[in-house]
Amino acid sequence: MAMTFDQNANDDVADFLLEHEERITEDWLRVGFFAQHGSQDVEQARADCRAVLAAIADAARSGRAHDPAAPGFLQVRALLGDLVAMRTRHGESPSQTALELSRLKQPVLDLWTRHRGNEANHVAHTVLLSTALDTLRLAVVETALSAGADIIAYQQQQLMELSTPVIKLWDNVLAVPLIGTLDSARSQVAMESLLQAIVDHQAAVAILDITGVPTIDTMVAQHLLKTAMAARLMGAECVISGIRPQIAQTMVQLGIELGEVNTRGTLADALAYALRRIGLSVNRAETA
Amino acid sequence: MRPTGAVPILTLGDVVLVSIQVELHDELVLRLQQDLAQQVADTGARGVVIDVSAIDIVDSFLAKVLHDISATAAMLASTAIVVGIRPAVAITLVELGLPLRGVRTAPSVNAAFAMLGVRAASERPHVPPGSPVSPDGRLPSGDRGREDDPRAHDHLPREPRVREMW
Amino acid sequence: MEARVVTIATELDIVRVRQAVRDVAVRGRFSLVEQTKLVTAASELARNALVHGGGGEVTVQVEPVGTGTRVRLVFVDHGPGIADLDQALTDGFTTGSGLGLGLGGARRLVDEFHIESAPGRGTTVTISSTSGGAVR
Repeated sequence: MAMTFDQNANDDVADFLLEHEERITEDWLRVGFFAQHGSQDVEQARADCRAVLAAIADAARSGRAHDPAAPGFLQVRALLGDLVAMRTRHGESPSQTALELSRLKQPVLDLWTRHRGNEANHVAHTVLLSTALDTLRLAVVETALSAGADIIAYQQQQLMELSTPVIKLWDNVLAVPLIGTLDSARSQVAMESLLQAIVDHQAAVAILDITGVPTIDTMVAQHLLKTAMAARLMGAECVISGIRPQIAQTMVQLGIELGEVNTRGTLADALAYALRRIGLSVNRAETA
Repeated sequence: MRPTGAVPILTLGDVVLVSIQVELHDELVLRLQQDLAQQVADTGARGVVIDVSAIDIVDSFLAKVLHDISATAAMLASTAIVVGIRPAVAITLVELGLPLRGVRTAPSVNAAFAMLGVRAASERPHVPPGSPVSPDGRLPSGDRGREDDPRAHDHLPREPRVREMW
Repeated sequence: MEARVVTIATELDIVRVRQAVRDVAVRGRFSLVEQTKLVTAASELARNALVHGGGGEVTVQVEPVGTGTRVRLVFVDHGPGIADLDQALTDGFTTGSGLGLGLGGARRLVDEFHIESAPGRGTTVTISSTSGGAVR
C-alpha cells in the first residue's frame, strides 16, 4: 500500500517544519548527525540543517514524504553528498551514519507533541513526520554507500597505477619492477603502460623485473610473453629479469616455457645486457 | 616519388620509404605491395622502410601483406622494416596470434635507417638493438653494404610459443 | 538499445564497418586497446562475410551494462555456409588466400563469440564486448 496523506496534513507538517526551523536546528546541533560537524564550523552546520529542513518540508508538501527520489530529498543528497563522502573517507560506516541520523527524529516528534499534541489528527501527522525523517535517513545512507563504492573504485584504480611504475634506467632503456601478486588485470595494466612508455621514451630495451613477484600462474606467464612479443612488434626488445628459482621450477612444472624470450637472473644483469645492446659499456673509472 | 593511389613511395638514397597515412582498403594495400616490389627491383634499394605509425588497426589481411612484403624484399636482396606499430595494435596482433614472425621492426624511421646502416639526415643517431655498433658506441663509418653485421639480425623474432600458431 | 545496420558488399564496406564500430566503441568509452581489439575483430568478420559469404550485413547494437557499454555485432551472410565449424575455427585453416585466422582470431579478441552455420544456409556470427574490462 502506498502511503498517502491528505494534502492538509502534508501542508501542516511542512509549515510546522519551517515555522520551527530555528528550534529544530538548535536541537539537531546538539544530537546526532549535525552535532558531529568535525572540521565544519557551526554556522555551516546550522545552514545545512536549515536547508535540510526546507527540503523535507518541500518533499512533504508535494506528498512524497515517503519517496527518497522526491526532489526535496535529491536536494538533500546534493547538499550532504560531500559531507557524507568525507565522513566515509574518515572511516565512518554507513550504519554509523544511519544511527547518527536516527537521532534527529526524536527532537522533532517531541516538539510536535508539545505544540500540537492535542489535535484530533495528531497520530496521522506524527506518522507523516516520522516517515519524512526516515526517508531522510534512507536518502543520506544511500549517498554514503555510493560514496563508499566510488572510493573503492578510485582506490583500486590508484593501486593499479601505483603498483606498475615504469622507470627510465638510461636513454632508451626502461624497466618495470613488478611487486606483489600479479592478477590478470594488473598484468594487463603493466603491459599497456610499458608499451606506451616504449613509445614515449623511444625505448630500445624494456626490462620486466619480477623479483618481487611471489608466484606466477599460467595466465600471468602468458601476459609476460605477450608483452615481450608486443614490444618486439614495436621495435623494442623485452628482457625478463628476476625469475627466482622456485618460480622457474613451478613454471617448468606447469609446462610454461618462456621460449626464446630473453631472460636474466637479476635486474643488474638485465641492465648490463641492455647497455651492451644499445652500444654502451661500463668501465671502472681511472683513479687519478 | 610516384603515386600509388593515396600512398606515396619515396626513394631516399638506396632506401625506399613509405608512410601510410590513410585508412587502407584491401585493393589499395595490394597495389602498394606490388608497387613496392617494383620500386625495389627498379632501384636496387637495400632497404624498405614502412611507417605504419598512423595506422590504428592491422587485421590479418594487412598483417599478411606486411609479411609478404618482407619476404618479397628479402628475395630481392633487400630488407624490409616495419616502423611505428602502436601499442594497442601490437597487443591486438599478439592476441590475434600474429606476432609477425620474420618481419623486422623498429620504433622510428631514424632507428630503421640506422639498422640499415644509413644515417638519417636530421637527428642524432638512435641506435636500435642489434644494430651494428662499434665498441665506443658510435655508428661505424662507411657503407655497411648488404652483408650486414650478423649482430644486426640478433633481435629478429624471438617469439616464445604460447599457442600453436606462435 | 540502439542499433544500426551496415551493408557489406564491397571492400570499401569493410572500411565502413570498421569506422562504424570504432565510432560506437569510442562513444561507449572503450579503452584504446579494447577499441582496437573490437574493430580488428569486426574487420576480420566483415572480410569473412564478403569473401566467403559473398557479402551480407552487420547489425551494430549498443546497450548500457552496469557502468559500461556493451557493443554487440551480428554478421549475417547468405553464402554457402560452413560444414565443419570446428575446422573453420582452427587457426591456420583457410579456404581463401589469407592466413586463416579470421574466425579463430576474431574469437580471441572479444568477450563473447557465437557462430551459427550450415551448408546452404549462410552464416551468422555474433560477437560482443563490454567496456571497462580492465578494472573490474
